[in-house]
Amino acid sequence: MSISQVIFIITLIITVGVFLFSIYRLAQFFKLTKKYPIGNWGKRISLVLKIALGQTKIFRFPFAGFLHAIVFWGFLVIIFGSIEMVIDGVFGIHKSLKVLGVFYDIIMGFGDIFAFLIAIAILIFIARRISHKVKRFDGQEMTPKAHKDAFLALSLIFLLMFSLLGMNSMEAILNPENSYPVSNLIAHILPICPCKAEGLYTFFWWTHIELIFIFANILPYSKHFHIFMSIPNVFLSRIEPLGKLNTMESITKELQLMMNPETAYEPQENTEPVRFGIKDCEDVTWKTYMDSLTCTQCGRCTSVCPAAQTGRKLSPRKLMMDLRARMNEKAPYLIKNKNYSDGKSYLNDYISLEELWACTLCNACAQECPVNIYHPQIIIDLRRYLVLEEGKAQGGLQAIFANIENNGAPWQYSPTERLNWINE
Amino acid sequence: MTEKSFQVPIMSEIYAQGHKPEYLYWVGCAGAYDFRYKKVARAFAKILNYAQIDFAVLGHEESCTGDPARRAGNEMLFQMQALQNIQLFKQYEVKKILTTCPHCYNTLKNEYPDLGSTCEVIHYTEFLNNLMQKGIIPTIKANNNTTTYHDPCYLGRANKIYDAPRNILKNMGYSINEMKRNKSFALCCGAGGAQFFKESEPGTKEICTLRAEQALETNTKNIVTACPFCITMLTDGLKNLNKEEEVQVKDIAEIVAENLSL
Repeated sequence: MSISQVIFIITLIITVGVFLFSIYRLAQFFKLTKKYPIGNWGKRISLVLKIALGQTKIFRFPFAGFLHAIVFWGFLVIIFGSIEMVIDGVFGIHKSLKVLGVFYDIIMGFGDIFAFLIAIAILIFIARRISHKVKRFDGQEMTPKAHKDAFLALSLIFLLMFSLLGMNSMEAILNPENSYPVSNLIAHILPICPCKAEGLYTFFWWTHIELIFIFANILPYSKHFHIFMSIPNVFLSRIEPLGKLNTMESITKELQLMMNPETAYEPQENTEPVRFGIKDCEDVTWKTYMDSLTCTQCGRCTSVCPAAQTGRKLSPRKLMMDLRARMNEKAPYLIKNKNYSDGKSYLNDYISLEELWACTLCNACAQECPVNIYHPQIIIDLRRYLVLEEGKAQGGLQAIFANIENNGAPWQYSPTERLNWINE
Repeated sequence: MTEKSFQVPIMSEIYAQGHKPEYLYWVGCAGAYDFRYKKVARAFAKILNYAQIDFAVLGHEESCTGDPARRAGNEMLFQMQALQNIQLFKQYEVKKILTTCPHCYNTLKNEYPDLGSTCEVIHYTEFLNNLMQKGIIPTIKANNNTTTYHDPCYLGRANKIYDAPRNILKNMGYSINEMKRNKSFALCCGAGGAQFFKESEPGTKEICTLRAEQALETNTKNIVTACPFCITMLTDGLKNLNKEEEVQVKDIAEIVAENLSL
């Protein structure tokens, strides 16, 4: 075994180790969350094909959508080369996947073209962030840290593509019979003698793979974790119509008890008191928490939100960012002690009542989200907590509840007047 | 102007006579009580009469679907309303429900099945569109009328009904100038999620005003929609812009009834 193999294996072990630790940490957080049933597996595959692979929702913003689709599809192709590099590094077998024949040449050729296109797309993304004030990238929740996070990821992706093209170009200099359309052109332009190309190839090879390792380990702590989370999130996302809210089964059970008092004497399975709705991060379902980890902070949700557009405090993106932040803050302590409290909560300390009650549940945010996050779930669950546990509803709503209860309508008319419309 | 008379059978009466109507027309609280929307309920009932549809309404037995309660977080009240209404559907052996209000439609269609309802729920825009395709309701060729159509969130995004209302307008001789934000991109009127029943949070502008501005950008003289809340909110929006005299807000059912001289 060569020294470079040994060094490679050590860095690989460190990378995988750190990555597994990050994932284990997140998995622990998931343990704190509530159940959420998932079914209908067949439909979910078509969802992934359409929304994830087809990038249909990202194209709703055509310009940025097109550039993002290039980056996404490029990643899917380039990943083959990355897998090959890991095999190369561990076993010292150069170009191990070449056994795939023509298929290999096609994949690598497209990978080369995509590396170039991605690099251009990323440069446009960076330039746009610097020169244009893209409105949806701003907002109360977009801290300087969030902006730095974006620039860091964009820079890393650019360097990844730069090193990949560098690697391919050196290969093109050394081996005129290659399948790299773009790197071949670069090789023709670059005045580099083959004597130096070998050393440079090794340099770019190591740079590229180490950048992948670093990037992979930054991701779980960055908004760019969506690179890992988006496809699973789309797969597990809601398949019901956007307007359908989930039914709280605990309430249904309670009502059945009220209407059927005999059943009250039957043994109850679940004697643990249930929390109605969401007050803090541990009240959310694992799916809602997953939504928050998948959020890319692209702001498409907030940019179409009627409340946000008319200067109200609500921002659907903030719901996701705050949930993730609150979980990071509280979960490590909750794992050690499930009764832990820091006197704060997601509701009030992160999401204010003003934000919560400004939502029209119009579903524009959920419609727009490229990774199928369902923001209204948080809104409705926070409202459920307030109304069902604390008996608090914004001003006029208490009267509406009373009217519905007493008159069967949100307005104060008697049911006997229900047919008056016919004769007016 | 006196309105033409029309018949509205009451479920309890005709069921007692041994007749089970094909459709239950779910009038909804807005249809029954909202000053402006009662006209829409009347227009729709007249169309049902014209097309000789076998229907009935629940009358004083109908109760709120619970939609505003649920969306304001009161799941307990919602479920009580739902269970009560579903029991009524079962009692009268209701199979098909017609609704005009998209909020009632969404709740009856998507949310009641969780609590035991098995009824097929049909929105009136899809129903009327079908009647037109079958020739039961005549269509009118071009008459140089233009309009713009506002997609109610609970009809459009929530249930993907975008084409039926537009087809009806085209069948009634209208050409549609679309707003920049239409169909799945449409902006809310500001009333959903129980907002209609509460004071709005402080902002720089009312949502309904913004939407009315977007409608006015199409230079339309009338805005057509298919939701009681959208009608009220858009009218308010026009008032805020001092345009309520020049521009009208109408419902699809009113357009159809007018064109049939009902």
